[in-house]
Formats: sequence, C-alpha cells, structure tokens
Amino acid sequence: MKKFFNEFLKGIIRENPTFVLALGLCPTLAVSVSVTNGIGMGIAATFVLLGSNIIIALIKNIVPARIRIPCYIVVIATFVTIAEMTMKAYSPALNRALGIYVPLIVVNCIVLGRAEAYAQKQSVLNSFFDGLGMGVGFTLALILISAIREFFGAGTIFGRALFKSFEPAFVLGMPSGALLVIGLLLGFFNLLKMRKEE
Amino acid sequence: MSAAQFLSIFISAVFIYNVILSRFLGLCSFIAISKETKPALAMSLSVVFVTTMSSIITWLIYRFLLIPFGLTYLRTISFILVIATFVQFVEMVTRKVSPAMYRFFGIYLPLITVNCAVMGVAVLNSDMFFVQGKPVAGSFVYATFQGICVGLGYTLAMLLMSGIRERLELCSIPKAVKDFPLAFIIASIMSLSFLGFNGFKF
Repeated sequence: MKKFFNEFLKGIIRENPTFVLALGLCPTLAVSVSVTNGIGMGIAATFVLLGSNIIIALIKNIVPARIRIPCYIVVIATFVTIAEMTMKAYSPALNRALGIYVPLIVVNCIVLGRAEAYAQKQSVLNSFFDGLGMGVGFTLALILISAIREFFGAGTIFGRALFKSFEPAFVLGMPSGALLVIGLLLGFFNLLKMRKEE
Repeated sequence: MSAAQFLSIFISAVFIYNVILSRFLGLCSFIAISKETKPALAMSLSVVFVTTMSSIITWLIYRFLLIPFGLTYLRTISFILVIATFVQFVEMVTRKVSPAMYRFFGIYLPLITVNCAVMGVAVLNSDMFFVQGKPVAGSFVYATFQGICVGLGYTLAMLLMSGIRERLELCSIPKAVKDFPLAFIIASIMSLSFLGFNGFKF
C-alpha cells in the first residue's frame, strides 16, 4: 500500500509535471485565467491520464514496439473525445471557456510522456496511481497559477470579488501575464531547490 | 473571398493571435529549441510546411468524410492520426530522398507530431470556416492560408526569441532563473509588445 502511495505522491511534488518536468504548458497557460477554468481543465486532463495509463499498461505486451506511438495516440484521443463530449453535454459554459484547448489535451505532452516513460513498463495498478498522482499534481499547479492570475489580475477568486476598492493589474489576465507568472514560479521553485541542496 | 479577408487572416494569425505568444500553442518546442538561431529556423520552416499541409488534409477529411457521414465527433481522433501519419511519412521520404535535408530538418519532424500548433490550426480551421456543418464560401482557401499564416507567426516568434537568447548567453544571469524561467519572462515581455497589434483589429 505504501508503494502505491509513493507512486501517487511523486507526481504531486517531486516530479510535478508542470513545475519540475515542465510538460504540458500550453493548456496550463491558456486556461489559467480563472480558478474555475483551471479546475475544469485539471479534471479533464486527470481523467484522460488515468484512462490512457490504465489501457496502455493493459495492452503493452500486445502492441509492437515500432508502431506504439500511433497506438497510444488513438487510446489517448478516445479518452479526450469522451471527456470533450461529457463536458459539452453537462457543462457547456465550461466547454466554451476552454474552447479549443479541450481537444488539444490529445497533444498534451504529459499524457503521451507518461505513457512512454511509465505506463508501458509498469503494472496496471502502478500506472493507475502514477496517472492519478500526475493528474492531481497538474491540477494543483493549475489551481496555483490560476489563483495568482485571478487574484491579482481581476481581484476575484471563483468569480467572487474580494475587495471593494482594488485596482487589479489587468496584465496578469492577459497572455503575457501567464508567461510572467509561470516564469517567476519556475524561478522560485528553482531557488527553493538550490537552497535545499546547499 | 476578398483581399481584406486575407489581410485580416494574416494579421490576426501572425500578430494579434500569434500561435505562441497569445494562444500558447507549440510552447514546448518554442522554449526548447530557441537557444540558437539556426536550429530555430530549421524547426520553424518544418512547422510552416506541416501546418500548411495538415490544414489542407484535415479540411478535406472534415468536409468529405466526417460531415457527410455525421462523424464530426471523431474529429480529434481522425485529425491527430492523420497528422501523425503524415509527419511520419514526410520523415521517411526526406530520409530516403535527401539525407542532407534530413539532417537539417528531419530531426525536428517527430517533435512536430505532438506540436499543439499543428493540431490547433486544424481544430481552429474546422471551428472557424464551417458554420453548422457547412463550409463557408472560400473555406478551403481560407483554411490553407490560415495554416501558412500560423506557421509564419511561429517563425516570427521563434526567430525573435532565438536572437534574444543568443545574446543573453553572454550576460550574467541569476542561477535560479537561468534557461527556462528566463525564457518565459522574455516571452512574457514579447507577448506584451505584441499586445500593441490589438489596435489593428478590423
């Protein structure tokens, strides 16, 4: 049990997909305008990661090595389509807000990266916990970035205003703000790591 | 179809909604390969080629296969498969036909398979130039042109970034922000200056 817990935990801090591995940054930056969008994207990506990790761990012995990438892409795309259709049916507003970034989960490097680096070598259970950990780590990173951007860029959290008189820095809500926040956060985590090593 | 329409597609794809600086598509390759100008240029040219070709192919598939058979929900799967196969095919052809070109471009081709910019422009085309399952007038030409323009926007951002980063090599930079973090901060400033093109809207 402890082993599974470790598999789960490593995706959240030690191998966080966003801050440590720097994978899947396109959707992270694009949708992190508000916390609601961030959580929506996080859940969709976690679902795809879980599904594809399990299926790929199951079929790893059947798929010939030379054509494995196209096979994995088909598996991933199937789960993305499921996520996209579910989102369209139950939460059209979120689907509109996330726009083209929902189908683009299919080219999110985290998903294919985990399939290549982990699921094709490990057991189904290990892959399940790895996918879950990576998904949760991705979601937490999205929440952190989108909270900073929504708080300073619009003065709200979950769309609720927090202050009566607060002049928000609109630039953080714009694309350049996203790049600035991720750059500074990556630098900050690097700094923490260097302090720890000393 | 009018010249104004083409101009507006060009300006919005290259400047206002630049793939990298405003839509964040293809960010991974943008950060990873922009350290020097020469590989950045090679990568950009391959992206222009692949976005153009995949715009054409995915438009044909969407128009003549997915819509007539009511299969538009298979868009994601069919697009990514076709793009991946096409890129693999181009890689094989260049390796066979011209080893010199393969050394210059070929190594970047596998990276393009999972480049969000290529998939992004295909999805964008099917969203923009089809209204309720029907292609708008001149849809095919617009889609192809948008593919070229998105590639050009990528090239522009890539060349600017690699030029800046080549000069930065000589500066003394705090260790914590070296490489990736600094690249993002530079990209942020570039994106801020591209914001000025918003006034171009028409």
